[in-house]
Amino acid sequence: MDTEPKFFETNPTAGVVGKPLNRVDGRDKVMGRAKYSAEFNNLPGLVHAVLKTSDVAKGRITGFDTTAALKQPGVLAIITHQNIPKLAKTPNDAEDKRAIGVHMGYLPLTDDQIYYAGQPVAVVVADTLERAQYAAALLKVQVAVEKPLASYEDPKARLFDPTKLQEGKTAPHVVRGSAQAAFAAAPIQLTHKYTHAINHHNPMEPGATTAHWEAPDRLTVYESTQGVTRTQKALSTMLGLSAEQVRVVTKFLGGGFGCKGSCWPHTVLTVQAAKFVGRPVKLALTRPQMFTSMGHREDQTQTLRLGATNDGKLTALIHEKTSTTSPWDNYAESNSKIVNMLYECPNFEASYQLARANVMTSTYTRAPGEAPGSFALESSMDDLAYQLGIDPIEIRLRNYAEKDPSSGQPWSSKSLKQCYARGAELFGWSKRNPKAGVTRNGRLLVGWGMATASYPVHNSQGMARARLYADGHAVVQSGATDLGTGTYTVMTQVAAEALGLPVEKVRFELGDTKLPTAPNSGGSVAAGTVSSSVYMAVQDLWQKLIKVAVLDKKSPLHRAKTADVEVKDGRLQLKDNPKKGEDFATLMKRADMADVEGNGQGRYGSGYEDAQTAANANPAKKDEAPHHSMHAFGAHFCEVQVDPDLGTVRVTRWVSVHGAGRILNAKTARSQIIGGSIFGIGAALMEATVRDQKLARYTNASLADYHIPVNADIPDMTVEFVEEHDPYINAMGVKGIGEISMVGVTAAVANAVFHATGKRVRELPITPDKILGTKAV
Amino acid sequence: MNNFSYIQVNSAKEATGYRQATPQAAYIAGGTTLLDLMKGNLEEHPQLVDINLLPFKGIEQTSDGLRIGAMERMSDVGEHPLVLQQYPAVSESLLLAASPQLRNMASIGGNMMQRTRCGYFRDAAFPCNKRVPGSGCPAQEGNNHNLAILGTSEACIATSYPGDLAVALAALDAVMTLENAKGKQRRVPVTEFYVLPGKTPQRETVLEPGELIVAVTIPAAAHARRSTYLKVRERSSYAYALASAAVGLDVQNGTIRSARVALGGVGTKPWRSPEAEKVLTGAPATEATFRAPRPRPCVGPSHATTTASK
Ligand SMILES: Cc1cc2nc3c(=O)[nH]c(=O)nc-3n(C[C@H](O)[C@H](O)[C@H](O)COP(=O)(O)OP(=O)(O)OC[C@H]3O[C@@H](n4cnc5c(N)ncnc54)[C@H](O)[C@@H]3O)c2cc1C
Ligand code: SF4
Repeated sequence: MDTEPKFFETNPTAGVVGKPLNRVDGRDKVMGRAKYSAEFNNLPGLVHAVLKTSDVAKGRITGFDTTAALKQPGVLAIITHQNIPKLAKTPNDAEDKRAIGVHMGYLPLTDDQIYYAGQPVAVVVADTLERAQYAAALLKVQVAVEKPLASYEDPKARLFDPTKLQEGKTAPHVVRGSAQAAFAAAPIQLTHKYTHAINHHNPMEPGATTAHWEAPDRLTVYESTQGVTRTQKALSTMLGLSAEQVRVVTKFLGGGFGCKGSCWPHTVLTVQAAKFVGRPVKLALTRPQMFTSMGHREDQTQTLRLGATNDGKLTALIHEKTSTTSPWDNYAESNSKIVNMLYECPNFEASYQLARANVMTSTYTRAPGEAPGSFALESSMDDLAYQLGIDPIEIRLRNYAEKDPSSGQPWSSKSLKQCYARGAELFGWSKRNPKAGVTRNGRLLVGWGMATASYPVHNSQGMARARLYADGHAVVQSGATDLGTGTYTVMTQVAAEALGLPVEKVRFELGDTKLPTAPNSGGSVAAGTVSSSVYMAVQDLWQKLIKVAVLDKKSPLHRAKTADVEVKDGRLQLKDNPKKGEDFATLMKRADMADVEGNGQGRYGSGYEDAQTAANANPAKKDEAPHHSMHAFGAHFCEVQVDPDLGTVRVTRWVSVHGAGRILNAKTARSQIIGGSIFGIGAALMEATVRDQKLARYTNASLADYHIPVNADIPDMTVEFVEEHDPYINAMGVKGIGEISMVGVTAAVANAVFHATGKRVRELPITPDKILGTKAV
Repeated sequence: MNNFSYIQVNSAKEATGYRQATPQAAYIAGGTTLLDLMKGNLEEHPQLVDINLLPFKGIEQTSDGLRIGAMERMSDVGEHPLVLQQYPAVSESLLLAASPQLRNMASIGGNMMQRTRCGYFRDAAFPCNKRVPGSGCPAQEGNNHNLAILGTSEACIATSYPGDLAVALAALDAVMTLENAKGKQRRVPVTEFYVLPGKTPQRETVLEPGELIVAVTIPAAAHARRSTYLKVRERSSYAYALASAAVGLDVQNGTIRSARVALGGVGTKPWRSPEAEKVLTGAPATEATFRAPRPRPCVGPSHATTTASK
């Protein structure tokens, strides 16, 4: 590209981008035509694998009794650590783990050790699913059982200070200013403990792998993953193949929420099983297995110390987190990040403590860190508001951060004040009685609470390819994932608008390592990065056509400078004389071009006022290029009604307002916010996986016993977005909304419960037993 | 799940005959409980005897009260006009249970035979005295927040019947009709149908091996017509009760003439509370009566180590 394309200002939201378009794949989904990863059933000779998992949480496998299982008709193989073929690399070695890029530092079936309940100990393959299941039940595993450790709460657990968290991705110690001294000197001092139950992601579609070795050195895997490229890298590295030899396909995903963000053991075990039996093998995790196969949000306690002045200005925040991790990894959600950046506060300190227990490694779970971190911070801010008799919104405005306190950088954009104001207006916040425990609806106690939301725009890049045909159709591709959130739809919109075509003429393809590489769909990066790369790919294609036009004697644009030509609604024209030009179809037909293709890279931090671009243009000014802190912000408002006799809490009203850059589709965006808020309401009121503290095994690993909200728990929700133009984040000015939707939600609910009852619950979830005993004031 | 054979029968005689020939065989009605148990390898049956064609049908007025066939579906019974009018607690207990899909499949007989939601029972990897007698009861000191505080024993603290219908039926003095292999019928009050765990928590009801539930009959009564079922749970639907109560009151001129109270979710079986009934009977039907602090309205052989946070 010889001219830097201009974004945003030349691409106003007038077109189809932002419109509440129905999902382009909706019909295929409800008709059952959309193929999920466990539905590629026509592969030649496809057979079924089932995981045999460990009953106990700790021990050593001393043997297997396979007699009864092998006698069953249709059984093809029982694969254990004794007969599984060796891999080139396993994550058991720390260095190899980094090369493989998986989350968990142990691969089952590599030795005789049992580290956690539910750990796979064998893979049983049979010609039908039912036969494999039955054989797995008949397979007897002999184990020398040892006493496990269940969590950091076990008195025998040894707490340690991780020098590195998440392999160095997060600093476990952060010190800004002198928080201890400032806290000691603060006129207002709050010290509170917050605990968070174990949560599981529970996407509707379980983890599933269908592995097909098309040749000894060529593998295709249909995988339920949030990132085909990351899976490709993991599998090829473990298998000792080149990435090119491994193709990973994810056409549709039934949710992920973070648990499909890494390649987990069952995937490579299925691939190995397929090699072992010489046939395509399919494996779908059962619902109970979903609780021990793809990570979880860890059990954790946070202690937050908050120091403030008498007029409610924060002077110190000290955050400590203690949580459970696996025998191999130092993983904890980085809760302290949001505590560090959300409000203006000169002194901050954070530390983490971990304890190893007999559990698998916990993992990214929707808004990892920000969700539980905001529970602590936003509950304590509410305490501060009540203690000083200041309105909860006012207390937040008094501590409004004009720049990012954690880095000192200016915000790329921030519309939080508008979110507070609009949310308060929609909710009717001004009518709130400031006193807790006095608002009633008949017998029920009514409470209103609010909380701030924020989520960073993470660094990420990705590629896309756009091919425009002379007949006015286009195919646009990127190896991204649609988690069910609407990626197919929004990318079609972005491409259609950039191409000046109706959406029906544009097909967007994703979910295949054969396509240009896109980032993992996680950390809310997909919408921004992929839309930007799609947009850039189309710009690239236009630049190619502009070059053709200016060289074409018959074109009205002949001999024009390429920089003087723009493209509007598919028409190439002179910028200062738009009448002079022609549409792409005329040009392409005359030039005998069947199609034209463009490639684009969506880059983090390269909006139309790209700091880096400015610096590149004038290296002398490099140091002046501002580095921005990039975050989305929002506010949640919640009404609950609490039954003082029964202790039940029901959310009865909900308002969320967010400023998250450009919104690509009003309908799917609203669905995202609703979904995230419901996710948070679940965590606030009912979601908890309970690990038996002696046996280190979950006691409610099913959707009948692990409660998530049902329709009847959720009121009609009001969702709005503040219009926000961010010139820095990326070409499309999109911040992403998948996770911010959940941040602050648990606190908004807890704050509403406090307002209703005068009772502060700091232990999630807020179940009836924690409310009972509340005295109506 | 193990391999099994499947046979559909047309008569009670045929059904009990199969059970006599294969004692480990099981009857299957809606299958909503049984198949879950088999899929979890919690129960193994070499044969399933499908009893859906048995003539245990009908919801009809008899001289003893309303007779409901064991093969009727939860949704049909819950929405039946006679049940709605004369036994609102029964209707509510059915319609607040499970989900619409389950209620459309699930039979009344199967409902009475559902098994505990104790997490240790529901996972074959755990020891559990109810599932494997003598293996132990990890719930005693483990996750027992949804288990019983009344009627527990050293061996088991589970709410053996976790559902709703039997609680309403226990309150309203319903009687079950059972039929054995010889074709002989007997009548057992719902309050006596379930047994306390004692030393044998694997034995949950008085049903003899192979015996069939034919019907349940609920006597007509003024307290039945003014009855209700209250269910407390963390979410608004599709969850078992943390605690529940079926209450029927006959109120005349502001005075409670007769009262029926049964509790669910807190006892090892549906827990009738004669103590509460006694306090209510003859008292004025006022909020003060209902709210007044009482000496513990229910007394059971509560087991010392239970830490249930009810
Ligand atoms: C997710 C879930 C949630 C649920 N929530 C609730 C709830 O909130 N409240 C509630 O009350 N219930 C609830 N249930 C339980 C549900 O009500 C029972 O599963 C159902 O009533 C069983 O009926 P069925 O016909 O399907 O029984 P089946 O599964 O066919 O049989 C269950 C047992 O009863 C035996 N049996 C069946 N009929 C007879 C008969 N006539 N004579 C002798 N034995 C017989 C069978 O042999 C078997 O042992 C829930 C179930 C599920 C799966
Ligand atoms: S309470 Fe009863 S059902 Fe639960 S583990 Fe103990 S014995 Fe088993």
